[in-house]
Amino acid sequence: MKTENQKAWFFVLPVLLLVAFNALIPMMTVVNYSVQETFGDNVFFWEGLNWFQQILRSERFHAALGRQFMFTGLILIIEIPLGIAIALSMPRKGFWVPVCLVLMALPMLIPWNVVGAMWNIFTLPDIGLLGYFLNHVLGISYDMTQDPVAAWITIVTMDVWHWTSLVVLLSYAGLVSIPDAYYQAAKIDGASNWSVFRFIQFPKMKTVLTIAILLRFMDSFNIYTEPFVLTGGGPGNSTTLLSIDLVKIALGQFDLGPAAAMSLIYFAITLLVSWLFYTLMTKDDLN
Amino acid sequence: MAKITLSKLRHSYYPNPSQPSDYALKEIDLDWTDGGAYALLGPSGCGKSTLLNIISGLLVPSEGKILFDGQDVTELTPDKRNIAQVFQFPVIYDTMTVYDNLAFPLRNRGRDEEIVRERVMAIAEMLEVTDMLDHKAAGLSPDNKQKISMGRGLVREDVNVVMFDEPLTVIDPHLKWKLRSKLKELHQRVKATMIYVTHDQTEALTFADQVVVMQLGEIVQIGTPVELFERPAHTFVGHFIGSPGMNVMPCDLSDGQALFAGHPVALEGPVLGNANGTTEIGIRPEFVSLAESGLPATVTKVSDVGRHIVVECSVDGHKVSAVIEGDAPSKGDAVHLNFRQDQTRLYVDGWLATEPEGTS
Repeated sequence: MKTENQKAWFFVLPVLLLVAFNALIPMMTVVNYSVQETFGDNVFFWEGLNWFQQILRSERFHAALGRQFMFTGLILIIEIPLGIAIALSMPRKGFWVPVCLVLMALPMLIPWNVVGAMWNIFTLPDIGLLGYFLNHVLGISYDMTQDPVAAWITIVTMDVWHWTSLVVLLSYAGLVSIPDAYYQAAKIDGASNWSVFRFIQFPKMKTVLTIAILLRFMDSFNIYTEPFVLTGGGPGNSTTLLSIDLVKIALGQFDLGPAAAMSLIYFAITLLVSWLFYTLMTKDDLN
Repeated sequence: MAKITLSKLRHSYYPNPSQPSDYALKEIDLDWTDGGAYALLGPSGCGKSTLLNIISGLLVPSEGKILFDGQDVTELTPDKRNIAQVFQFPVIYDTMTVYDNLAFPLRNRGRDEEIVRERVMAIAEMLEVTDMLDHKAAGLSPDNKQKISMGRGLVREDVNVVMFDEPLTVIDPHLKWKLRSKLKELHQRVKATMIYVTHDQTEALTFADQVVVMQLGEIVQIGTPVELFERPAHTFVGHFIGSPGMNVMPCDLSDGQALFAGHPVALEGPVLGNANGTTEIGIRPEFVSLAESGLPATVTKVSDVGRHIVVECSVDGHKVSAVIEGDAPSKGDAVHLNFRQDQTRLYVDGWLATEPEGTS
């Protein structure tokens, strides 16, 4: 005999309220803005899908999206192999394990805006350690406030410095879960180092790597604070990534309608690419 | 295939061993002939896995030498020694098919695809896995995975020795004996030297022609299963092999006559040496019988184990078990025990100290 008990709903209610206030309601506000125009005083005019059309056709959006994909692509191409390589060369037993782990975790513990400020000062041509060294010791002209290439190199390097550790730690977790017997069997089977990586280490790292790639994609695709503090999107518009551009439109120009439409498009792209990554990477596991 | 010689082998996991207890292996000297089936038997921590890893080359011994057919291989790496090892937990390459798994050791050694195919098919047939060759190895059941691990060891026709490190640990009980007899059959077919490490006496005794019993890093006895059962060289072997284990009772010795709880006990033959030390009488429960007269005892426990009955008695506070068939006494009965003389032995400080009448 099953007793019907509706009291359980009261236990779910707090979560429901929490999700409503921190996700659903703000999100619906954005949807609301994206289809209307306002001139203040809380007076709204229906605009339909105009803002969406405008954003999707704007060259400014295309350029920012292009820069965003370039940034995310670059950091993934660098951080994933580099993270795997570092994880492979880390000791798996002994005194140095905790030392390595703590050193690896350090960059991740620093708040985003502090990272931006650190790298800003670090690369100043006249007083920054790196900036001074490059300009005055090596004689390489380097000024990220003037040169777009220098600015790009700096934001990519900063992100690699800040987040490769995440890939390292996740890969390392996959690596240490491999029992010794696998390495011993591979030795006896006469497997080369490459075979050991290809058939033992890589398959065991695959699941965590999927997570690492997804996390790194989402984080870097939505990145705001660090490049904003470091370059402010410049010089010119050269490092204006999607989120920086979005904030410019929303808070700089106070164009709430287009900004809301852009947020939703931005969100859809992030979701779509994440889904694509996930489906492609876990395709093999299903059969 | 090769004859394996271990010469004055010692191993310690400490960098500077100073006392005997620092050694995981204490002075091992062994000869294993080509094509034999051997078992290393002992409780956990007795050094059998250490010994196995030294033979396979995963570990370099602190002292001593390993010879394959008289050739020193002590410093050689596992792949150079041409050995195969099957581990406690099945090791398979998840992303490969069963076929590729079996072909892996051959391909790594650059064999022609034609020879690879021939060998893989032969081994697959022997292991009865032909129908799953195209499957991904990740989806197999544990016993099939373990079969594939064995297959990778057997696929090279020139292996010196195949070693098994407690290979049936993760296998379901009803598949254990199946795989065990498969192993025995494989040994007869491929005629490779095989070494089987286990702490399970049934596995060791059914698989091996010769069993090496180890305790605390030392070899206690080497012999056929029958020898280990009938003439344990050490009380440890008596305890460890057999179910229930051998009865070991303290005794006094005066003028070559053993006295247990004040009663004289006839031994199988004369006592060797001067027998200084702790003296004990050893007799298997299978050779203790209940009789009209003899050693007075009280029955403390009767267990019917199916084929026979195990009767536990107390003689002056010492436990003596007897294995009998037919009618069992009940608990509390006063009985008399009879020891079969040719199976009653004397142990001094744990080691066998009598020999049968008329051998010398």
